[in-house]
Amino acid sequence: MKKVISKLLVGVLAVSMMVSGCSTAKKLANVDSNAPVAKEEMKVGFIYVGPIGDGGWTYAHNEARLYVEEQLGVQTFYKESVPEGPEVEKVLKDMIDQGANVIFATSFGYMDYVEKVAKQYPHIKFLHCSGYKTADNMSNYFGRMYQARYLSGIVAGMKTQSDTIGYVAAFEIPEVIRGINAFTLGVRSVNPDAKVVVRWTHTWYDPAKEKEAAKALLDEGADVIAQHQDTAGPQQAAEERGVWSVGYNTDMQATAPQAYMTAPIWNWGPYYAQQVQAVMEGTWKSESYWGSMNEEIVRLAPLTAIAPEGSKEKVAEMEGKIKDNSFTVFQGPIKDQNGEVKVEEGQQMTDGEMLSFDWFVEGVVGKIEK
Amino acid sequence: MIRLIKKADISQSQIMTIRIMAVFLSLFTAGVFILFLGHNPFSVYGSMMSGSFGSLYRLQETILKTIPLLITSLGIAVAFRMKFWNIGAEGQICMGAFCASFFALHFSELPSLILLPIMMVAGIVGGGVWALIPGVFKAYFGTNETLFTLMMNYIALKWITYLQYGPWKDPDALGFPKIKNFSESAILPNIFGIHIGWIIALLLVAIMHFFIHYTKKGYEITVVGESENTARYAGMDVKKVVLIGLLISGGLCGITGMIQASAISNTLSVEVSGGVGFTAIITTWLSGLSAPMIVLISFLFAILVQGGSFIQTAFQIPQSAAQMLQGVILFFVLGSEFFIQYQVIFPWNQYMQKEEN
Repeated sequence: MKKVISKLLVGVLAVSMMVSGCSTAKKLANVDSNAPVAKEEMKVGFIYVGPIGDGGWTYAHNEARLYVEEQLGVQTFYKESVPEGPEVEKVLKDMIDQGANVIFATSFGYMDYVEKVAKQYPHIKFLHCSGYKTADNMSNYFGRMYQARYLSGIVAGMKTQSDTIGYVAAFEIPEVIRGINAFTLGVRSVNPDAKVVVRWTHTWYDPAKEKEAAKALLDEGADVIAQHQDTAGPQQAAEERGVWSVGYNTDMQATAPQAYMTAPIWNWGPYYAQQVQAVMEGTWKSESYWGSMNEEIVRLAPLTAIAPEGSKEKVAEMEGKIKDNSFTVFQGPIKDQNGEVKVEEGQQMTDGEMLSFDWFVEGVVGKIEK
Repeated sequence: MIRLIKKADISQSQIMTIRIMAVFLSLFTAGVFILFLGHNPFSVYGSMMSGSFGSLYRLQETILKTIPLLITSLGIAVAFRMKFWNIGAEGQICMGAFCASFFALHFSELPSLILLPIMMVAGIVGGGVWALIPGVFKAYFGTNETLFTLMMNYIALKWITYLQYGPWKDPDALGFPKIKNFSESAILPNIFGIHIGWIIALLLVAIMHFFIHYTKKGYEITVVGESENTARYAGMDVKKVVLIGLLISGGLCGITGMIQASAISNTLSVEVSGGVGFTAIITTWLSGLSAPMIVLISFLFAILVQGGSFIQTAFQIPQSAAQMLQGVILFFVLGSEFFIQYQVIFPWNQYMQKEEN
């Protein structure tokens, strides 16, 4: 028995040495970290929190990855369904081990791990989506999704008959809270009596659970469902009950053809291509990027025939104001849930305030656990 | 009719033949599956190997995957030896990690030399007590330990979730449900690029091997597993033996929890175990409860996991497909255990047997 085992072990070792001989990883010399990189040497890694077929958040990032490949002809690779836990560190290192020189980490919970690995690999560029930490070789980037959310709120506010809109939300983080607030402001700009009822799922990718949460909201009297998760689960709930919905991330019309009206959507491709291009040219610099509708990183998907009458015109009007900066969504007067004025007339919220949002505006029914 | 006969005795070489056949069959079946995915099975297998050994970094990663499997399997083996089907390792890991984290978070100013041993003891106590609870119920009320330990897993997991979303939530994380990271002094140091968990693991292998085979308590544990009545006639306090065995079993799992929280996560989270508690049941079983074999099997399993993770990025195989590959390989290897214990007699064989008679 023992002999067999030792023979097996020797065999395994021998095979592994043969294999490893062929694929010794290239040792990266301590070169200037901002030297231009040849196209053939570029390898761009993407880490996703869900599967690429989630029809939402990860799908949108993966579309952008394909866009980068197509536009720049560089090599890319990805790892899907990486949970927001210690595995992130391993996946980042695995990607570097496999030759990645730029890595896009596309979930908020990856932040601390990206920061940790970025310190250990100063010659690799890291771009973290939706967080707030930066380093010399670590950027964070995001889009002002709240602008498109506001517009989608207009559509929902004009459509609702019960004046109750359900909002299925992921986590109590500023990004999600900001989205709910912008949406609610949009709703109440056209329908001051409407309320937005929030239900937390504590998931990014759990289609069944997210659908259940939407159903519960519909049971509470909502007739429009909006959402902030990576899947189209809530859309299906609206479709099945014969009511209406506002999607998120990507155009979700195919999922819920009878319910879906529009969606605030992501368009990461151009930004990704520009960043990778900058690395290739050696002009890349760490930054905190928060792109707006003007840069088209966020958009409102085309309104479907189900969208209420007149909403198209109203959306176009407000979109114009947002784009020429005459309207900024979070401008006073804004009251919180208790009716206290949080933003005075004539004031605007700063980026810093928006990035650390931890309260709901008037009209939201829900609680933020602290 | 197809009949099953329990094999009376089977030689070691026969067992090895069956196992090796199972491995080849599994590689073949998985290979067909890989072909359907549009890849060359040989290059995928080669890539799994190179992903596990291809560079120093990869070897380190494979060893990092081995450590928790190894220590947890040692723990489960103690319980299994008493025929106490402890499938609560996942929960015991979590509770070990929880107790260790309590000290890591609340006494973060202590120097490493004091803090780490305290965390280790806390981990042992946490895991041990979590295993002791179903043990007490089994010993005194005859409850079913399989279901009991299984359910204890979920309580532990939900407890950690509660802490993560509630009282222990990091106020500086802007609402994101995570627990604060440990201070430097609560993180296990590295030796040769790998945290010292690997030395702890090897020490534990030696200790457990010695304990089972060369101490009175270890012998008692074995006897209780063979036959409780024999143990009773021999004057052993069966309840006491079972409870001590479970303390050790859960304590070892708790050590895993402490190591994973400290060295890998640098904090406590529901991901701290990552399913090791369940995977280790398989490795324990395959290794026949022997401590040295556990080292080998855990390492082989780690190759499967690390290699499976590597091919996802190398070949862009979807995660679910990579996991299916692991599943196919496991299916055959576990399935072969059946053929080691039983002989299948098909109708035509029965006929032939009669003719021979």
